[in-house]
Amino acid sequence: MIEVENLTKKYGDLVAVKNLNFKVEKGKIWGLLGPNAAGKTTTMRILTGYLPATDGKAFVANYDVFEKPNDVKKIIGYLPENVPLYPEMTVHSYLSFVSEIKQIPASQRKEHIEKAVEMSGLEPVRKRLIKNISRGFKQRVGIAQALIHDPQVLVLDEPTAGLDPAQIIEIRKLIKSLKGEQTILLSTHILAEVTQTCDGVVIINEGNLMASGSLEELTASFKEKEGVVIKLKKGGKDVLSLLQKIHGVDEVSHADDEFKIEWTKGKDMRDEITKLIVDKELGLIEMRPLAMNIEDLYLKVISGGVAQ
Amino acid sequence: MKNIWAIFKKEIKTYFTSPIAYVVITVFLVLIGFFFYSLIWWFNSQSLQMAQNPYSYQQLNINQMVYSPLFQNMSIILLLMIPLLTMRLFSEEKKSNTDELLYTCPISINQIILGKYFASLFVLLAMLFLTGILSIFTFAYGNPELVPILNGYLGLFLQGAAFIAVGIFFSSLTENQIVAAVLTFGTLLLFWILSWASYSAGGIWKGVLNYLSFIQHFDDMTRGILDTTDLVYYLSFIFLGLFLTHSVIQSRRWR
Ligand SMILES: Nc1ncnc2c1ncn2[C@@H]1O[C@H](COP(=O)(O)OP(=O)(O)OP(=O)(O)O)[C@@H](O)[C@H]1O
Ligand SMILES: [Mg+2]
Repeated sequence: MIEVENLTKKYGDLVAVKNLNFKVEKGKIWGLLGPNAAGKTTTMRILTGYLPATDGKAFVANYDVFEKPNDVKKIIGYLPENVPLYPEMTVHSYLSFVSEIKQIPASQRKEHIEKAVEMSGLEPVRKRLIKNISRGFKQRVGIAQALIHDPQVLVLDEPTAGLDPAQIIEIRKLIKSLKGEQTILLSTHILAEVTQTCDGVVIINEGNLMASGSLEELTASFKEKEGVVIKLKKGGKDVLSLLQKIHGVDEVSHADDEFKIEWTKGKDMRDEITKLIVDKELGLIEMRPLAMNIEDLYLKVISGGVAQ
Repeated sequence: MKNIWAIFKKEIKTYFTSPIAYVVITVFLVLIGFFFYSLIWWFNSQSLQMAQNPYSYQQLNINQMVYSPLFQNMSIILLLMIPLLTMRLFSEEKKSNTDELLYTCPISINQIILGKYFASLFVLLAMLFLTGILSIFTFAYGNPELVPILNGYLGLFLQGAAFIAVGIFFSSLTENQIVAAVLTFGTLLLFWILSWASYSAGGIWKGVLNYLSFIQHFDDMTRGILDTTDLVYYLSFIFLGLFLTHSVIQSRRWR
C-alpha cells in the first residue's frame, strides 16, 4: 500500500533522508521509529505530497506520489507534526471546512463529520473555539481531520505527542480499531508505541535506514544470533582471519576499527575471543554485546553507538 | 469551483470573526465620511458665493467639485488599508502550519489563491458599497450625473483589485504579516508616484513611467472616462500579481 524506493531528500547540503526503502502492506499498522532529526517528518511530508523528494520514488496505493499527487491526496489522511488548526474556528466548523476541501460530497458531509467526532471523542468540545480547547483535544481534532474522508491510508506524525497517559492509551485504542480497513503509518520516538500498536517497524536515524520489517521478522532474526562488537588497537586483514578461525564463530565483519563477531545463540564465545586477544596481544579497547532485540537496537540508535 | 467557494467562505469567516475587517471598514468609512462632509461644505459655500453671478453659477459641477476629489482621497486611503486586509492571507497559514493541511488536500494552488483573492475582493466591495450610502444625500439635494460616478467606482474597484493582487503576492513571500503589509504598502506607493519620475525622464521612458503609474489611469476614471488601455493596465496588474503568487508557492515547496 505504501512503498518507498531509494528515497532521498536534501535541504541544501543537509541530507535529511538517505536512500530509504520500505514497504507497508495493506491493512497493517507500521511505525516509523527514530530519535529527533531522524527524518520521520520529512519522509511523511514527501509521502503526503507536501514536499518533493530530491531523488527516489514513493507510491501510495500504486499511485506515484510525484506523478499523480492528486490521486494520492484523495486517499490519504494526514496528521502533521504541528496540528494544522484554525484557532478562531469552532471544532465543528473546522471539520466542516476540511470535509469540503477533501471533496466529500455535500450530501454526505454531515454523516462524515458525525462519525469523525464520535470516533475521536470530540462531542464535548464540538461547539467550542479551537483556541480554547486543551492540547489533547487539539490533537484529537487533528486526528478527526485526518480520518474524516475515510482514507485508505493514514499517515500520523507523532499522534500521541503531548498527551497524558490516559489519552495516549485511548488514542492507541482508536488507532488499533482502524486496523484492517486502513493502512497506517505512524511516527514516534517511543519503542513501546511500536510494540503495542504496530505490526511492523522502520527504524531510521539521521536519515539512514537502520532496520525494517514486521515485528515477528525482526524478533526472529535477532533470536538466532548473538554476538559482540570489539574495538582493538591492532587491526587489518590478519586480525580478521584470526578471529574467523575461532571455532564456533559464524561470521566476522569489520567496519573502521571495529569488528562484529556473531555466533549461533547459546554458545557464548566471549571467553575464546578474549583469550585470543590476550594471547596475540591485540590490545582490547572495548567489547560490547551486539543488539539482540529491537530494544537493544533502538537503544543503540538513540545513544549514538550504531554498530549495525 | 467548489473548492474556490470553500476557501472563499473560510476566508470571509476569518475576516468577520476577527476584528480586522470591521476595523478596516469602519476606519475607511469614518475617513471617507469626513472628506465627504468637508467637500460638500466647501461646495455649498462656493455655491452661495456664486449665486450672485448667474454665469459662474452655471459652471458649478458637483461631479467635478465633490466626486473627483472624493475618489482621489478614497484611492489613497485604499492604498493604506488594503495591505492590512491582505497581509494575513498566506503569511498566517504558513505561520500556523495550516498550509500543510491545504497543500495535502486534493485542491490546487490556483483554487486556494482564487478563493482568498475573491474573499478580499468581497471586503473591498463591501467598503465601496457602504460609501455609496453617502451619495443618497447628493442625489436627494442636488443633481449629480450618475455615469461618471459609476465609472469612478469601477475605477476604484479595479484599482483596489490590483492592490489586493500585490498584497496577496507579498503575503505569500513571508510568514510575517507586518513585513507583508509594509512591502505591499511600499510597492503600491512606489507605483503611485512613479509618474513623478516622468517629469525628469526623457523620450520613451516618460511614456513608460506614466503608463506604469497608478495615477495616470485612475485620473481618467475619476473624470468619468473609461478607456480600454486603463482596463488592460489593471487586469494585467491583477494577473501578474496572482501569477507571481502561484510561482512563489510552487517554488517554495520545491526548494
Ligand atoms: N524545512 C527544512 N529546512 C532545512 N532543514 C530541515 C527542514 N525540515 C527539516 N530539516 C532538517 O532535516 C532533518 C530531519 O528532520 P525531520 O523533521 O524529518 O526529523 P524528525 O525525525 O521528524 O524529528 P522529530 O522527532 O524531532 O520530529 C533535521 O536535521 C532537520 O533539521
Ligand atoms: Mg518530526
